[in-house]
Amino acid sequence: MPSNDKQRTSGEPMLVVRDLAVKVDDKQILRGLDLTVNPGEVHAIMGPNGSGKSTLAQVLAGREAFTVTGGEVRYQGHDLLALAPEERAREGVFLAFQYPVEIPGVSNVYLLKAAVNAVRRHRGEQELDAMEFLSLIREKMKLLDMNDQLLFRSVNEGFSGGEKKRNEILQMALLEPALAILDETDSGLDIDALQVVSKGINALRSPERAMVLVTHYQRLLDYVVPDFVHVLAHGRIVKSGGKELALELEARGYGWIEQETARETAQAAK
Amino acid sequence: MSTPAPRLDDLISREYQHGFVSEVESDAIAHGLSEDVIRVISSKKNEPPFMLEWRLAAYRHWLTMREPEWANVHHPPIDFQDIIYYSAPKSQKNGPKSLDEVDPELLRVYEKLGVPLKEREMLAGVAVDAVFDSVSVGTTFKEKLGSMGIVFCSFSEAVQEHPELVQKYLGSVVPYTDNFFAALNSAVFSDGSFCYIPPGVRCPMELSTYFRINAKDTGQFERTLIIADEGAYVSYLEGCTAPMRDENQLHAAVVELVAMERAQIKYSTVQNWYPGDKEGKGGIYNFVTKRGDCRGARSRISWTQVETGSAITWKYPSCILRGDESIGEFYSVALTNNYQQADTGTKMIHIGRNTKSTIVSKGISAGRGQNAYRGLVKVLKSADGARNHSQCDSLLLGDRCGAHTFPYIEVKNSTAQVEHEASTSRIGEDQLFYCRQRGLSAEDAVSMIVSGFCKEVFKELPMEFAVEAQKLLGVSLEGSVG
Ligand SMILES: Nc1ncnc2c1ncn2[C@@H]1O[C@H](COP(=O)(O)OP(=O)(O)OP(=O)(O)O)[C@@H](O)[C@H]1O
Ligand SMILES: [Mg+2]
Repeated sequence: MPSNDKQRTSGEPMLVVRDLAVKVDDKQILRGLDLTVNPGEVHAIMGPNGSGKSTLAQVLAGREAFTVTGGEVRYQGHDLLALAPEERAREGVFLAFQYPVEIPGVSNVYLLKAAVNAVRRHRGEQELDAMEFLSLIREKMKLLDMNDQLLFRSVNEGFSGGEKKRNEILQMALLEPALAILDETDSGLDIDALQVVSKGINALRSPERAMVLVTHYQRLLDYVVPDFVHVLAHGRIVKSGGKELALELEARGYGWIEQETARETAQAAK
Repeated sequence: MSTPAPRLDDLISREYQHGFVSEVESDAIAHGLSEDVIRVISSKKNEPPFMLEWRLAAYRHWLTMREPEWANVHHPPIDFQDIIYYSAPKSQKNGPKSLDEVDPELLRVYEKLGVPLKEREMLAGVAVDAVFDSVSVGTTFKEKLGSMGIVFCSFSEAVQEHPELVQKYLGSVVPYTDNFFAALNSAVFSDGSFCYIPPGVRCPMELSTYFRINAKDTGQFERTLIIADEGAYVSYLEGCTAPMRDENQLHAAVVELVAMERAQIKYSTVQNWYPGDKEGKGGIYNFVTKRGDCRGARSRISWTQVETGSAITWKYPSCILRGDESIGEFYSVALTNNYQQADTGTKMIHIGRNTKSTIVSKGISAGRGQNAYRGLVKVLKSADGARNHSQCDSLLLGDRCGAHTFPYIEVKNSTAQVEHEASTSRIGEDQLFYCRQRGLSAEDAVSMIVSGFCKEVFKELPMEFAVEAQKLLGVSLEGSVG
């Protein structure tokens, strides 16, 4: 069975999560989670509902409602937890939300432009003007087969579930992050949309970029083939494997892993 | 004044102690109000007898009135005998001599708003030499308007040059009996703006107090009168987005609009008087009476306001829909931060048949700000087929601020349709996080979300004004997110 540590690469890992413990409202959700992601890799994280997948994603992005009670996170060699959410974003951490947020009265294109220019400013690049931005965005939208109209509507307001997810991927395509965390971007997509979104994700795969896909279904992984698959349960990664692990999970569910884990724990206790 | 005075007295007496009495003894009227004071004001302004009579009648009526207590705002009592009612030419002795002496915080705001350097001096109250860029701008501008028959000048000038127009329309929309502050204003107002658009003329530019030469020092009791004659159109901008330095704490202005048949008046305000500091000290008390009279059939009056300044705002721009098929509109954004209080709204009085009114009110509260919407929609018996749609939305930032809505509806005609919608929301943690995750700073995110909330109002503002208003919201909300 492949494991992260054995695998490549030269140079710095993109992300190292060590023994991470996270609480919300006095409830312990993550309990010693470890994860290492190298540039160029795609990791899938699966696991039962409520196991803490979105919590992990949000903590990596800097959501303040969650309290880190232990462990550390290093991103490109730096302490990620010390950065404000916007600093993480500008440094290349992107989160595609499980539930994208609606912002009434703010046009989608306005937010997108503000976001792109915030990142460009941070990188010391020239800000794009309206014309440059529009031509950039039109090109990306073609890739995602998106309707122009969605640009001029309020952010996510009244978007269908699938439109919201495409919009997230559009943002990712524009921001070109180094580390993209996609929280159930495949949920709620019809078959055609799944293909389109997968195409968008694959277009961004590159040796410099890493991706973490949170998903419940093998079908996304048919299109976006992961290098590693992890199972998150009870606040930790309880099993890791290659892409075949996802197929096994699809066939057998999570029960057997729970039993296996329980056995191992019992053995360790002896 | 022996006891430690409340804030208002403090500010008002300051000018009295410094600058005023010693210097221009002969030209000064002691503080306080009496018939003599009003006579002096009127004679110094060389007014015709009808003006003096009107002022005196207003004063006598004012004596019988009491300060209103029903607005949802709180302030120490105002001693009206402790105000100086005439101080022209206004002394700039207290003013800073150069920008170096101006509060750096204020200068930072000007910079953020992109106010040109020259204007920063004027706004900050620096004693600048008489000749000023805007003077020449103002003059050429007036010539062009004059050739079309448009009168646009200071109120004092109008009293001298067009007494028949003033006499005909002054007080015809807001009579001095209307309310306590309107009566006071009528008795003592020092100056203001006057505008008359003759029949069938479409005013080719936005008229702005900003361009008017006499805009400076119109004082705390300002009077504006705008008349659009049959089929005329005018868009008028009041104020300026940059905060004005001002020694007067009480402002009680009156604005009257008259729209004759098929005439249209668009009146836009950005009000950004000094709101007081973060602890709630100082700041302007802004008690304004604004009313438009849709006197002719198919006339239309629109009020658009963005209110971000003042410690206390008490203001209800209203429309009297007298002409058949006339239309009244009110679009408002009121923002309160720190200890600011705003009690604002509108009155739509439907008298004519098939009259229509629209109210869109957006209240934003941050810090410990308190924001109240108070609106009256009144449909008289005569107003067959009247329609109103009101929408009042409140947005809260943080949990120490408040929003209050007081809609009053009186309908005497069964064919009327009146709709009222209201909502209150809080800027969501999730909205903020979403924007920050895309790289926006918390402050930019708040300002963007708030602008989105105000969009329906901003789109009613003239273009450049809308951009400024948006910037202004950002500045006014600074520090309201942790
Ligand atoms: N703000 C919160 N307050 C209280 N409990 C929370 C909060 N956020 C998450 N939780 C709880 O933490 C646990 C983990 O939630 P999380 O959203 O991370 O699960 P998930 O693995 O993403 O689940 P799903 O597959 O259903 O998306 C759940 O029990 C959830 O109810
Ligand atoms: Mg989840």
